[in-house]
Amino acid sequence: MSVEAAVEARGLTKRYGDTLAVDRLDLAIRAGEIFGLLGPNGAGKTTTILMLLGLTEPTAGQARVLGMDPARRPLEVKRRVGYVPDDVGFYGPLTGRENLRYTARLNRLPPAEAEERIGRLLAEVGLAEAADRRVETYSRGMRQRLGIADALVKEPEVAILDEPTVGIDPEGVTDILALIRSLARDRGATVLLSSHLLHQVQSICDRVGIFIGGRLIAVGPVHELAERFEAGPVTIEVGVAADGEGVDLRQRLRDLGGVREVVRDEREPGRWRLVADRDLRPAVAETLVRAGVPVRYLHRREEELDELYRRYHRKAVGDDGR
Amino acid sequence: MAAEAGALERPRPAGWRIVALKELADHLLSVRLVVLLFLVVVSAIGIVYSATGEIRRVAEEATGTPALFIRFFTSAREGLPSLLSIVGFLVPLLGIAFGFDAVSSERAQGTLARLVSQPIRRDDVVNGKFAAGLVVIAAVLLSLALVVAGIGILRLGIVPSADEIGRLVAWWVLTVAYAGVWLGLATLLSVVLRRAATAALVSIAAWLVLTLFSGLLVGLAADAIAPLPDDPTVAEAVNHARWEQWLGRISPQTLYEEATVVLLNPEVRSAGFLLPQQVDRAVPNPLPLDQSLLVVWPQAVSLVALTIACFAAAYVAFMRQEVRA
Repeated sequence: MSVEAAVEARGLTKRYGDTLAVDRLDLAIRAGEIFGLLGPNGAGKTTTILMLLGLTEPTAGQARVLGMDPARRPLEVKRRVGYVPDDVGFYGPLTGRENLRYTARLNRLPPAEAEERIGRLLAEVGLAEAADRRVETYSRGMRQRLGIADALVKEPEVAILDEPTVGIDPEGVTDILALIRSLARDRGATVLLSSHLLHQVQSICDRVGIFIGGRLIAVGPVHELAERFEAGPVTIEVGVAADGEGVDLRQRLRDLGGVREVVRDEREPGRWRLVADRDLRPAVAETLVRAGVPVRYLHRREEELDELYRRYHRKAVGDDGR
Repeated sequence: MAAEAGALERPRPAGWRIVALKELADHLLSVRLVVLLFLVVVSAIGIVYSATGEIRRVAEEATGTPALFIRFFTSAREGLPSLLSIVGFLVPLLGIAFGFDAVSSERAQGTLARLVSQPIRRDDVVNGKFAAGLVVIAAVLLSLALVVAGIGILRLGIVPSADEIGRLVAWWVLTVAYAGVWLGLATLLSVVLRRAATAALVSIAAWLVLTLFSGLLVGLAADAIAPLPDDPTVAEAVNHARWEQWLGRISPQTLYEEATVVLLNPEVRSAGFLLPQQVDRAVPNPLPLDQSLLVVWPQAVSLVALTIACFAAAYVAFMRQEVRA
């Protein structure tokens, strides 16, 4: 075990009945790093987080947080790890400040120190004005920010955020991401965040892990993961005028060498998507012109992490033979 | 190093106390406390007020009646229930009200995951909530007893004797234990059932069955086990009555009622029934408090045991439960 690993999992496995929620997860997150655990809903991200916090016992394997086994020493781990659960909740009739005060008491902070810290944190997350309002009047974005302040009350060495950007408007997402970034940069905390929205979190993660079906199928910095798939299939989007419908476009496009898939967009007439081994734009243009189909647009889809993730997803599903 | 780790694992103050204090603050400001306090105190005052009139009438004939002061906890005007039967009826409601959403509300609000990720043990959550509920119930009952005693002193001009105060304190402890059974049951349901409304319905159903219909059900069961012929012999009748009594004691309601009757009526010498030959030539004089306590000891222990059983079940269920919804 390396000294720097703040969070580590070795062969971590969780089975619920017949379902394998997390399958032999191996992971090491360095101290001070922002790590994004990315995957679709139900991939086992939350289960992994709960095992790291000692809130659920692994079926097999081992987790290490700050060098401790959370299943064996949950209190010590929880004292040093801040956690913002998915869809974080607070006591509605209490104010934001009172909610944080309860957390401070549960962490046995001395009252004077706690008050000072709570005031500072509320200001940092932009809730100074709303601090003495009941939480039930808060918007979802405010609750999420309060959640981050709540996790920071104990001045954690590791912060774990489960889906911190879900259900928040784009502006709020930017705020929260900036907050998370400063958390790692200014405090030197290790951050583990999970998300199913790749494009939202790719900007702040030092490294990401793609987690699908309980398995971590790729780990690395975002740009590296993208590079690894440069040679992979290319998606081309074509828009044709509606009167091109009479021609058997699908067959003609398929006849082009190297085309793997031709999909017609059900919602938008005249919109087609091709998946090819290489960039076939010239050939596609030529085919369409020959067929007498007026082309409205033709472009290659930008390589986004979303796409990368979809591809990984397909691959993972394919590997399972499903 | 080992000592240091041990010190860290046992922080002060205990987690359950922090949870209990917060829950207590919540309860004291809650609407449900106001409503219940209103319900209990108003019904009690009304009944006691009318009962004092009754006592005055009785008192003239029965000067020297033992424990006259607590008489008006137990006596009632024609057609009205006594204070005790009303309290016995309402106490389960108190237990249910402060327990039915103990854990499920945390789950519904999404605060459970946050709470258990703090450095407290998981059982601290259940313990703290149970303790807070019991403290509130004890306070409600104590204030009720004090209000009633105050009215008694004012209206009757009798000051309770030490023995009577002892009996009332014992009654208070017993009633809190009885409330504990229902609080434990409601807490268990709040752990097992994810929706607070379902837990409330189930516990209220249990309350109705055990308080209203248990006599009926017990009678049917006793008839099935020890049928009573048209012209029963003494042995048959006693057998039937025994069965009825023992089956009835499954219900905490029966246990509580038996114990209350003994505690607050010094003349009562047994919680069960006595055959004529058993009381033959007995001199009907009141029992001292310690003897009354001995008579109700089994009932009191059973109530505490039931509480512990419910509580332990809630605890085990909660420890095994996944945090996630």
